[in-house]
Amino acid sequence: MFTAPLAIVAVGGLGFYTILERMEQDKYDPHALPSPLIGHKPPTFNLPGFNGAPGFSNTDLAAPAQPMLVNWFASWCMPCAQEAPMIAQLAKTGLPIWGVAYQDQPDALASYFAHYGNPYTKLALDTSGLTAINWGVYGVPETYLIDKAGIVRWRWAGAITDDVLANGLNPLLAKYT
Amino acid sequence: MIPELGHFALALAVALAFAQGVIGVFAPGLRDARAMRAAPALALSHFLAIGASFLGLIYAGVVSDFTVENVADFSSSQVPLIYRITGTWGNHDGSMVLWCFVLSFCGATVAAFGGNLPASLRARVLGVLGFVSGGFLLFTLTVSDPFTRIWPPPLDGAGVNPILQDPGLAFHPPVLYTGYVGFSVAFAFAIAALIEGRIDAAWGRWVRPWALVSWCFLTSGIALGSWWSYYTLGWGGYWFWDPVENAALLPWLTGTALLHCAIVVEKREALKAWTVLLAIATFSLSLSGTFLVRSGILNSVHSFAAAPDQGLFILALLAITIGGSLLLFAIRAPVLAATGMFSPLSRESALVVNNIFLCSIAAVVFVGTLYPPFVNLLFGIQLSVGAPFFNQTVLPLTAPLILAMAIGPLLPWKRAALRPALERIWFAAVVAVIVFLVMTEQSNAITALGLGGGVWVMLSAVSDIAERAKLGRVKLGDSLARLRAMPRAAFGAALGHIGFGVMVFGIAGMTLASQKVVVLNPGQSTELGGYSWKLDDLRDAPGPNYAQRVADVTISDEGKPFLTLHPSRRIFTTPKVITNDAAIHTNGFQDIYVVFADEPAGGGAELRLNRHPLAPEIWFGGLIMALGGALSLSDRRLRVGAPSRKRAAKAAGVVA
Repeated sequence: MFTAPLAIVAVGGLGFYTILERMEQDKYDPHALPSPLIGHKPPTFNLPGFNGAPGFSNTDLAAPAQPMLVNWFASWCMPCAQEAPMIAQLAKTGLPIWGVAYQDQPDALASYFAHYGNPYTKLALDTSGLTAINWGVYGVPETYLIDKAGIVRWRWAGAITDDVLANGLNPLLAKYT
Repeated sequence: MIPELGHFALALAVALAFAQGVIGVFAPGLRDARAMRAAPALALSHFLAIGASFLGLIYAGVVSDFTVENVADFSSSQVPLIYRITGTWGNHDGSMVLWCFVLSFCGATVAAFGGNLPASLRARVLGVLGFVSGGFLLFTLTVSDPFTRIWPPPLDGAGVNPILQDPGLAFHPPVLYTGYVGFSVAFAFAIAALIEGRIDAAWGRWVRPWALVSWCFLTSGIALGSWWSYYTLGWGGYWFWDPVENAALLPWLTGTALLHCAIVVEKREALKAWTVLLAIATFSLSLSGTFLVRSGILNSVHSFAAAPDQGLFILALLAITIGGSLLLFAIRAPVLAATGMFSPLSRESALVVNNIFLCSIAAVVFVGTLYPPFVNLLFGIQLSVGAPFFNQTVLPLTAPLILAMAIGPLLPWKRAALRPALERIWFAAVVAVIVFLVMTEQSNAITALGLGGGVWVMLSAVSDIAERAKLGRVKLGDSLARLRAMPRAAFGAALGHIGFGVMVFGIAGMTLASQKVVVLNPGQSTELGGYSWKLDDLRDAPGPNYAQRVADVTISDEGKPFLTLHPSRRIFTTPKVITNDAAIHTNGFQDIYVVFADEPAGGGAELRLNRHPLAPEIWFGGLIMALGGALSLSDRRLRVGAPSRKRAAKAAGVVA
């Protein structure tokens, strides 16, 4: 009975040692959220558009002319609003960014765009949130990079910051262009 | 030159700490009285050496010596003096020096004020502290050196993180560290007792003040941190179940259990092995909390990233400290037989119940915090455990704790009856039930339960004191005389419980908060929580090392304006960061909280408006708890009387 605490701590310590080993070999990053989609095409979906405009489906993402981003966002999500200027700035560089509004209402979206502008080349509504589950979306905002062959190459959960742009997205964009 | 002296002092401290460890731990076994007397002297000089090193680092920050890499990376000549000083411990390497400084300070206080301890016990306690300190100093000196020079130096430093430029955060780490590290003394006492193979009432009496001091600091540190995140992060949240917060909560829970358990050892000489285990567990949790969060294993908002080689060093240190002490526990604990017996219904049993619930909560928080990395390790699944898990699991364990903590102090030692105890607090029970019923009507059952529980704990602690003074039953003068004769520890304990009740009350009240995010143009207004909130104006205002935009918001109740708040957005240039400075008005029972979040491209201001009923009570409660601890600490019995009285008995024991 008196050795139980020692046993628990030994198991825990061994676990932490293994985690540290893996971190050192770059096999494990506690901050990364690896997406099962990476290296694959997005799952089958077909979502309606906003305000009568056409939405898009997985076949539209099958072979884009150039690398592009799919940005999941919502008008009710505060970090998305904080990310909006970055998305707008990226869109100005000519990078196509397709937006998916996650569990959103058309009028809420309209007022969101009135405040923050609409930088998206195409926009689809995932009102039920089912497509997000199939994609494995962790939360909004979340951004996927899709290359010319239609393969998901990168996923970022959270707002894109200058740092993420410089160290994550830009090198990959250069690689897949 | 000064940084080199600081660096040298650090190296000197390593040598002194290990000397203190070796001499302290082994001299008593050799019965070398002269060597035993050397331990306190070594502890004091080891403290002076780290103090000199720490001052050297602060000096480099104050004069903005950018040839020191640590200063160049984390300070700047443009920040105010106070933040050049506090910036010293706002980064990993610097905070390690602070950590070691606090640890050596604990050792120095044992050396300076432990004159009434048996010489062998004092030497062993100091020896254990010396080894722990030596290990972490060695870590600081070898892989986490804050005195590294760079050449050529940059023209200006990278700046202090604007979030850290805040008085609340400047003092939160030292207070919290003192709480964490203070438990090292209780830990050292536990290890020394295991080495000596005996624990008695005197041991309980010696450990309790140390545990109490650290507990007060830890309580204040957690409350400060929570208050800071409430008013700076601008979301109105006060507890996020972030791994770093959990890392502070875990030792608080086991430390609280230890505090109560040590009373049983002191009064009844029971639960000895358990108390020793709690002392080891509390300091182990403090250690692993501080360092595992830093190793980057746990995903947290507090980014204090250390390199993996530092992680392995730390893990080895933890393995030796924690594993070694638990191994010693496994070998020696069976000899610590209890001598005091007690019935299932008694003060002792009530304290056991307290321990069971506190430790169950600790176990749940522990599992929830470590589950994500371990599931990833074993099954390769990424997941995160968030607030919903903790809220749903901690709440059902806190409710019985609240129920029991009001009754426990009323039960006598050894054997008790429930009825006389309950008769003394019927008043509290009635009021609590009324509060519960009224609030269930008004809001929801959970909130009502929290408010009722808070009232129950507060009132029962008050009526316990009133009953003991026979208030209203004898003449007022006699009651006052009885109050005066009561030990301060009794008031301290009651105050501690009242503080907890106040905090529960505040947390429950906070669930009734109303909030809204709106975009308003100057002149427009909106409704929230029964008030009308109007944006009067948007303007520029100067700041010392930032520019700021200020929104003037007037809040009116039924058309009568009663408050104007000025939330601002601060735009820092080095590094380029915008912070939202929330404007909070409190009347002691409610916070009105406005954040100026953004100026959207379409014009106007994006405001986050909040009305937080009873929010101040959360931190008042924490403060009252810490004050209760301090009051208890000022009790004569803890300070002087008991240990010296016990010394005579102990001396007789040594001869035998």
